[in-house]
Amino acid sequence: MLTQILRLALLTLSLLLPTQMVRAQDAAVDIPAQVTALGEASLRELGAIVTTLASTGDPSVVPVLTALGEGNLYLDETSGAVVIQRGSSITDPLTGEAVDLGADADLSRIRVNNGLRRDISAALSGMTLMSDNPGTRLSAAQGFLAKPDAANLPLLDEAIAAETEANVRSAMQAARAVTILTSEDASVEDKNAAVPQIVSGAGRNAITILTGALANAPDEVKPTIQSAISGLEQGRAVWGALQNVWFGVSLGSVLLLAAIGLAITFGVMGVINMAHGEMVMLGAYTTFLVQLVIRQNFPGLLDYSLLIALPVAFLVTGAIGVGIERGIIRWLYGRPLETLLATWGLSLILQQTVRSIFGPTNQMVIAPTWMSGSTDFFGLAITYNRFWIVIFALIVFFMLLLILNRTPLGLQMRAVTQNRRMASAMGIRTPFVDAMTFGLGSGIAGLAGVALTQIDNISPNLGQNYIIDSFMVVVFGGVGNLWGTFVGALTLGVANKFLEPYAGAVLGKILILVLIILFIQRRPRGLFALKGRAIEQ
Amino acid sequence: MLTQALFRALDKKAVWVIGIFLAVAVLVPMANLLIPPGQFGHVPTYLVSLLGKYLSYAILALALDLVWGYCGILSLGHSAFFALGGYAMGMYLMRQIGTRGVYGNPTLPDFMVFLNWKELPWYWMGFDNFWFAMAMVVLVPGLLAFIFGFFAFRSRVTGVYLSIITQAMTFALLLAFFRNDMGFGGNNGLTDFKDILGAPVQAQSTRVILFAATAIALALSVLVCSMIVNSKLGKVMVAVRDAESRTRFIGYRVEYVKLFAFTVSAIMAGIAGALYVPQVGIINPGEFEPGNSIEVVIWTAVGGRGTLIGPIIGAIVVNLGKSWFTSALPEFWLFALGALFIFVTLFLPKGIVGLWKQIFGARRKKAEEPAAPTPAQSADIERGEDPSTFDSVQPRPAE
Amino acid sequence: MNFTRAKSALLAAALAGSISLPMVPAMAQEDTIKVGILHSLSGTMAISETTLKDTMLFLIEQQNAKGGVLGKQLEPVVVDIASDWPLAAELARQLIEVDGVDVVFGCWTSVCRKSVLPVFEELNSLLFYPVQYEGEESQRNVFYTGASPNQQAIPAVDYLMSEDGGSVERWVLAGTDYVYPQTTNKILEQYLLDKGVAPEDIMINYTPFGHSDWQTIVSDIKTFGSAGKKTAVVSTINGDANVPFYRELGNQGIKAEDIPVVAFSVGEEELSGFDTTPLVGHLAAWNYFMSVDTPENEAFIADWQKFIGSDTRVTNDPMEAHMIGFNLWVAAVEKAGSTEADAVIDNIVGLETPNLTGGIAKMLPNHHITKPVLIGEIQDDGQFFVVWETEDLVPGDAWSDYLPESKMLEADWTAPINCGNYNTETKTCGGSAQ
Repeated sequence: MLTQILRLALLTLSLLLPTQMVRAQDAAVDIPAQVTALGEASLRELGAIVTTLASTGDPSVVPVLTALGEGNLYLDETSGAVVIQRGSSITDPLTGEAVDLGADADLSRIRVNNGLRRDISAALSGMTLMSDNPGTRLSAAQGFLAKPDAANLPLLDEAIAAETEANVRSAMQAARAVTILTSEDASVEDKNAAVPQIVSGAGRNAITILTGALANAPDEVKPTIQSAISGLEQGRAVWGALQNVWFGVSLGSVLLLAAIGLAITFGVMGVINMAHGEMVMLGAYTTFLVQLVIRQNFPGLLDYSLLIALPVAFLVTGAIGVGIERGIIRWLYGRPLETLLATWGLSLILQQTVRSIFGPTNQMVIAPTWMSGSTDFFGLAITYNRFWIVIFALIVFFMLLLILNRTPLGLQMRAVTQNRRMASAMGIRTPFVDAMTFGLGSGIAGLAGVALTQIDNISPNLGQNYIIDSFMVVVFGGVGNLWGTFVGALTLGVANKFLEPYAGAVLGKILILVLIILFIQRRPRGLFALKGRAIEQ
Repeated sequence: MLTQALFRALDKKAVWVIGIFLAVAVLVPMANLLIPPGQFGHVPTYLVSLLGKYLSYAILALALDLVWGYCGILSLGHSAFFALGGYAMGMYLMRQIGTRGVYGNPTLPDFMVFLNWKELPWYWMGFDNFWFAMAMVVLVPGLLAFIFGFFAFRSRVTGVYLSIITQAMTFALLLAFFRNDMGFGGNNGLTDFKDILGAPVQAQSTRVILFAATAIALALSVLVCSMIVNSKLGKVMVAVRDAESRTRFIGYRVEYVKLFAFTVSAIMAGIAGALYVPQVGIINPGEFEPGNSIEVVIWTAVGGRGTLIGPIIGAIVVNLGKSWFTSALPEFWLFALGALFIFVTLFLPKGIVGLWKQIFGARRKKAEEPAAPTPAQSADIERGEDPSTFDSVQPRPAE
Repeated sequence: MNFTRAKSALLAAALAGSISLPMVPAMAQEDTIKVGILHSLSGTMAISETTLKDTMLFLIEQQNAKGGVLGKQLEPVVVDIASDWPLAAELARQLIEVDGVDVVFGCWTSVCRKSVLPVFEELNSLLFYPVQYEGEESQRNVFYTGASPNQQAIPAVDYLMSEDGGSVERWVLAGTDYVYPQTTNKILEQYLLDKGVAPEDIMINYTPFGHSDWQTIVSDIKTFGSAGKKTAVVSTINGDANVPFYRELGNQGIKAEDIPVVAFSVGEEELSGFDTTPLVGHLAAWNYFMSVDTPENEAFIADWQKFIGSDTRVTNDPMEAHMIGFNLWVAAVEKAGSTEADAVIDNIVGLETPNLTGGIAKMLPNHHITKPVLIGEIQDDGQFFVVWETEDLVPGDAWSDYLPESKMLEADWTAPINCGNYNTETKTCGGSAQ
């Protein structure tokens, strides 16, 4: 407790003091000694050292603290030196120069916990508010936004005056406004004036901040805050609905990816491929293997491993698909329900094979940096992995449309779908078309598997989780119609996401299933039923 | 009328099958109770329960065969009816626990007590009465099948579409029963049963009686199915299977024929479930899993669909295999099951019974052989369309 | 005519086969002590349970190298319950009746335990259950070597409420919809209310097994956590659903510093299939971590990796539980001089064995054991960094003190009470116990 108070007091002091005065302290604190002390410190001691280091205000400790917070600060057990390790480069934390620790170095990480990370980022905010980099300044301002403290006001004022970037300034002003609103001795007028600044500058956190401030605000300020909150909440309701649509679209695109290969094999060939899910799973495992190879041999390409895995997965699963068609399916044409049984058996074998080879546990595919994190799009939180999957699903869908409508193979496929005997009579090699179609459908399942590595487990059971949903999509959309699958997938995705907040995830899913069953009663051939002779039984 | 149907049903095959199971119902219990352990011919009690489990699976397979083998409806949701019957029985058994639950609550089952439920939900009312529970065993699956079938068959949902929505039905039920808020014990299901009709479930005599009841139920199911398939209605069912449109054009109300078969079959599945639960001692939502329904289909296919004995043989053989593999070669069970699926669909489209006929029935009279496909049907085959038709009856050329 | 006769012959053969087949293993030799291993090696639970089967084989091999038990070698009998719970009951019966095992180590899920429990009771055999569970049970033939809620959930919440843990005031209880999360959350909810947390500061959310689309729920958690009070998520999310959940957390930018997630079902094994960089700082509560620095643990890990032939295989909490359970069983058999269930049950209570974290695991009269509670933060190498641990060992409590119906219940399998659900108010043994 005492250390905590001391820590806070010191921190406050360090931020209060004008820069020149802080400089004067340099002599008092032996920075290199403190940094070395980090190596052997316990969690509580670490906290004290961080406070001391921060209190120097010396810019040279910024990299030390940043590295400590990120977990890149290491202790060399042999020499007792504290160094920064990023990848294979080892540098001195204060000078930034490369260090050679020799062959017998034994690096162990200096570990921090959540509380310490919070303290470090608060300390860094104070020290980086005047940084040259606008991004650093912005995150410093956001740090103040999260931890308002009246003691920081002069520093913020100074920073605002010097700030040139509009968005950074707006964040700083919001931080200043929050500080005023939560401080005890600011006047009512100042507080009332602070509210709109928070609304405009604090982005998605505005409601949080205002709700938090409401309880302790003086009665004169409460109405202002109240009305600001209700204004924000109205906006949020609209954006909430849009957010739901986005969630639905992204769920729908996952369903689309999983189902579209099935739509081809099922629609064109009348084959109920229960092993479709396993093709997805094999695609995911291919991605895992590709990444493994890349990580070991070409670490520089790691960020592109997913892109490299796409064609590989397509070819691998496509080839397996052709093999299945030639080995099993072709003996079963005209008996779709028997293909169901045979492919179900195949799916069991594939699952158990993968389980025997890779083990039952999950495998790891690292997310590339361009698929991590999220962005704010006018108050919509859009995560990059979902965003790229939506884009990818659209690309796959339209490529497939192109193949079906603009290539000779596509023409033949459509001919076979519509009238197998006539197509055959016209000289189309229907067995070849069948094999290619099945290969194409399986290959696309493999592509889906690549995408799913970014949102789901890579385990032998991966396919099982998607097979029933995929069939629902295809049946709902209408067999033999790609647009039906497209509309079906997106409808089910969005409907699911709108039901979920009211009914809960489980009940929502049950309702969707019941709705599909009811829908099939109304339209036994799905949303976009194929018309023509072929479907007359 | 009824006697006539009975008479027709009791052709030689059916008499044999029924006779065997009635004999089993007597002999196995005798072998268990009368022959002392260790002596040749003694059937240990655990084996009696195991056989009872197989026989209840056999009833389920027979139920599926009635709709699939004889009426051409491939239901991928039959384990749902089985599980519903099982749950009805499980609810009765739960109520019989009474104050012997760990919390000693006289009305509420343990899982409700520790989830802080205050009173019994309405749908649990009446299950303390055995006969009410038995009525529910029949009514709940029957009613669900009737309503589901009524809409589905009236809208002419056929083939693959029907299979998939039956799968959707069982999947929805699976999710629903997993929910703890439903009041069916969630994932843990219903377990730790004590008494059935006052007799302790674990006791040797109870197990033997349950086994005998299952064997008799199986014999009765064979009798009922035989009556149905040998009646005029049975012939129409086969007609629906082989050429649905044609049957409709002739003037039959195809949807009612299907509805009848589907409902009867669901009731049989429910009874099978009710017999299964006290013998294995647990019912949980895992029984609803779509995979289980597909497994039932393979039992039927392995034995030979469109016959009365086929599904029974299939259910027993496959489950024997499962029992053996899971303890002798644990890692290989899924390989074996998967290979069985593929092998049977590719090489044994008529199952074990079909193989038997092929080997031993070749010399038999030609009259027994099924008729050649009609031209219309051949066209269907060529187009690669129509799902479930007739494949059980005739040998099919590849492509 | 021929035909029907042939068919009945086939049927008879099938039935005869069914009678003779399972009886074959009964002829096995008698000079070994058989140990049954009852885990899922296929199906959805294989992911967790396969390792436990290997752990048991490893422990048995080690014990045999030391000369076995009572001068006899141990012989493992492995069966696959294939994530099929009625099959678990069937195989448990087979292990005891046909294979003649003296003890069974097995099960992961509650439903598996519940399904085999009547079998062990009826045939009076022994089951060691190694996984953390919801409590509310104590059975004469079962030994619970995993954590009960007071050995995992409640200390975790205490930690988060403390200053070190961030003084959390607002709680999201997120779980998979089955009995362990339901019960744990019921207990935690009552505990939090007792501690003065307002009902509107508790959000409870359930999802189906294998839930993979977490967008809405994570976004709800984000909104819930933005009410100005420090918020934490207590996760009882099971198995496969965790990876997508954490991915979504990371992608939506929820950092451990802002909203920490403390999980009860995520261990080293689960994290080994995952890039944990975005998870650094999220928490897990267990009674063992692979990263614990003790000589016992170091030796255990080294031996295990040698046995399994891979120096990247991790160890986890249920593995330690199996090890403790196995050692306690061995000690009890040696003390009793017999593998008879009754003798073992009478002798095992009070026995102690060192655990891997430097403490002592003691078998309590309620058939639970004493355990330390550790809170670890996830590191980017998939390991945990212990940030907090209980000062003393926590005795496992079969009946929660925070549920109205079980407050007054105690389990004590020693004389004179000898009861799994002894009511301390009415001084009677309730319900099913003998």
